[in-house]
Amino acid sequence: MPSTVAGLLQVGVLVVALAVVYRPFGDYMARVYTSTKHSRVEHAVYRAARVDPDSEQRWGTYAQAVIGFSFVSVVLLIILQRVQSILPFDYGRGTVSPGMAFNTAISFVTNTNWQSYVPESVLGHTVQMVGLTVQNFVSGAVGMAVAVALVRGFTRDQSDRLGNFWVDLTRGTIRILLPVAGVFAVVLVATGVVMSLRSGVTVDGQTVATAPVASQEAIKELGTNGGGVLNANSAHPFENPNGWSNLIEIFLILLIPVCLTRTFGTMVGNRKQGYVLLGVMGVLWSAMLAVIWTAEANGLRPLEGKETRFGIPSSALFADTTTATSTGAVNAMHDSFTGLGGGGTLLNMLFGEMTPGGVGTGLYSILVMAIIAMFLAGLMVGRTPEYLGKKLGKREVTAAAISILAMPTVVLIGAGIAAVVPATQGALNNHGSHGLSEILYAYASASNNNGSAFAGITVTNDWFQASLGVCMALGRFIPIIAVLCLAGSLAKQKKVPATAGTLPTTGPLFATLLTGAIVLVAALTFVPALALGPIAEALL
Amino acid sequence: MTNFGKQALAGLRVLLVLTLITGILYPAAVWAVSRLPGLQANAEAVDTTLVAVTREGDGWFFPRPSAATLPASGGSNKGELNEDYTAVIAERRAEVAQREGVAEDLVPQDAVTASASGLDPHISDAYAQLQVSRVARANGLSDDAVRALVAEHTDGRGLGILGEPGVNVTALNRALDETAK
Repeated sequence: MPSTVAGLLQVGVLVVALAVVYRPFGDYMARVYTSTKHSRVEHAVYRAARVDPDSEQRWGTYAQAVIGFSFVSVVLLIILQRVQSILPFDYGRGTVSPGMAFNTAISFVTNTNWQSYVPESVLGHTVQMVGLTVQNFVSGAVGMAVAVALVRGFTRDQSDRLGNFWVDLTRGTIRILLPVAGVFAVVLVATGVVMSLRSGVTVDGQTVATAPVASQEAIKELGTNGGGVLNANSAHPFENPNGWSNLIEIFLILLIPVCLTRTFGTMVGNRKQGYVLLGVMGVLWSAMLAVIWTAEANGLRPLEGKETRFGIPSSALFADTTTATSTGAVNAMHDSFTGLGGGGTLLNMLFGEMTPGGVGTGLYSILVMAIIAMFLAGLMVGRTPEYLGKKLGKREVTAAAISILAMPTVVLIGAGIAAVVPATQGALNNHGSHGLSEILYAYASASNNNGSAFAGITVTNDWFQASLGVCMALGRFIPIIAVLCLAGSLAKQKKVPATAGTLPTTGPLFATLLTGAIVLVAALTFVPALALGPIAEALL
Repeated sequence: MTNFGKQALAGLRVLLVLTLITGILYPAAVWAVSRLPGLQANAEAVDTTLVAVTREGDGWFFPRPSAATLPASGGSNKGELNEDYTAVIAERRAEVAQREGVAEDLVPQDAVTASASGLDPHISDAYAQLQVSRVARANGLSDDAVRALVAEHTDGRGLGILGEPGVNVTALNRALDETAK
């Protein structure tokens, strides 16, 4: 069978698999976040942590809980890395340097999972499991909690409460992420993924590092985290041994971001509202897949940085999915992609990670963009815009604008400074326009909490460790605070009934408007930078 | 205490409890289940053929070029307009052509490009066929006997559509060890 036909059939299988689980899993997640009952395990968690699960929080407290939780997570993760030499299973890898520990801690707490380190020589199994795996779970659950809080902003009527962050965090972790990850970790072992506490195996006289891969691999994809247990990430045969494991990993990446549109529709009581968001996500995801796939199929040396068992179609599918979801896992090296193919992965991130975006982050980002789109439509017809029965006044639009503009600001300032500071000299692996793409990709990846890289760039000096760390934090928490502020202000409002003058948000007109807003914001902010990097390279 | 301090402290307590669940119990459970017969060999990569390293000598098949520094994995990360790297690829092509005694334009892509992991166990059928005569000679086998081994160690696509077919070099070389004994 020709490779293209097989590749298209594979996309078909993926879409069917997602369609099968879409309703039951999306509705299950809606029940998780709306149920008033706590399970026995959850009761134990709340008791042990001494939090009251039945008191609800205002937006400010909810936001402080998110930031406070993330702050202590960073501190604990830094400490774990700095005392690694006394932890079991460290295999002499020793203490992680301060700059690297700082960067890595922020990276995993912000769900970026950018890796400035080579796991095989820097991190032992204890830090990977007790530190990184935990953040793989909880950073994903934080994103989902914020998304659910925003949805409650739309569903609640004249309320000053958004829910309880500790409950949302715990339920997301225990009821959604943990069972799915547990099942698929075992499935992955069955496909050949390694789950070993030893440091390595000898293969034909040479040592190849091993790790407890499967447990982290499952949540790495499911939580759209993306930090490889091994350096080559999902290109490593121990993380992703064959076509089966590859498709399962892609499915896991898309599972929650896709199904959350159903959760949203169910929670707001109008499922068409969710379908339209999914439609927009699907159109942009498919369009970028076509771009990346075509570009790679026509490359000068298409197999450089790709694995034989994946070839072009399965590498393009993974690359499109991982960059459209803020995951950042890779099964091929994006740095070796063509100008256009690599540019496609970059543009996927610059859309703001909402096609379909990361777990939770994708949903709240596209809802914020929907508010921007409705605001633009309101300007055109001269009416106060509404969305889902809530008026979009000055406060709501300001919060949405801050949330949307934080990322481009951080990317462009970061990459701009990096392009001129001496610390960048010697850090690049390629010259000319591709070198600029390496810088732009790094800051886009960090600020969008994606975590993939044009990995030839050496990011271990203090400038990159510090600046990329700051970009990850700003790119994560400015939008989160703005989104929770927005949610608080929406929840306070009285619901307004739809009238003849209300623009329907379930039809093709709204879908077009929203797609246009996503593309337009990215184009207006990034075309100059893209022209000097990937576009120049594609034209050369 | 400030509200933020209170939330951070509550956060620390929740984090510790969730660390116990997701950072200790969860990986331990997955590890324990992967001790089951049928899973254990995968989990511990027993006699694994998932990765390939170069075995020097004419008697074995060569895997793809590797940019990895073992025991770590990794790719070259070189872009396609990188001229220094274009020169490296040209050198590899000349080397392979000379080694196999064929014209340079018969050398396939995967023989000269580095894989993403640096441990890619597979090569294309074209690259395997290119190496058959040399390997057969060195092992005192017929070309047909080696071709049969290549066919035997070719992995197809999962479900007929997932991924790409390839010849597993590690498995093939081990089969040669057995046959040549």
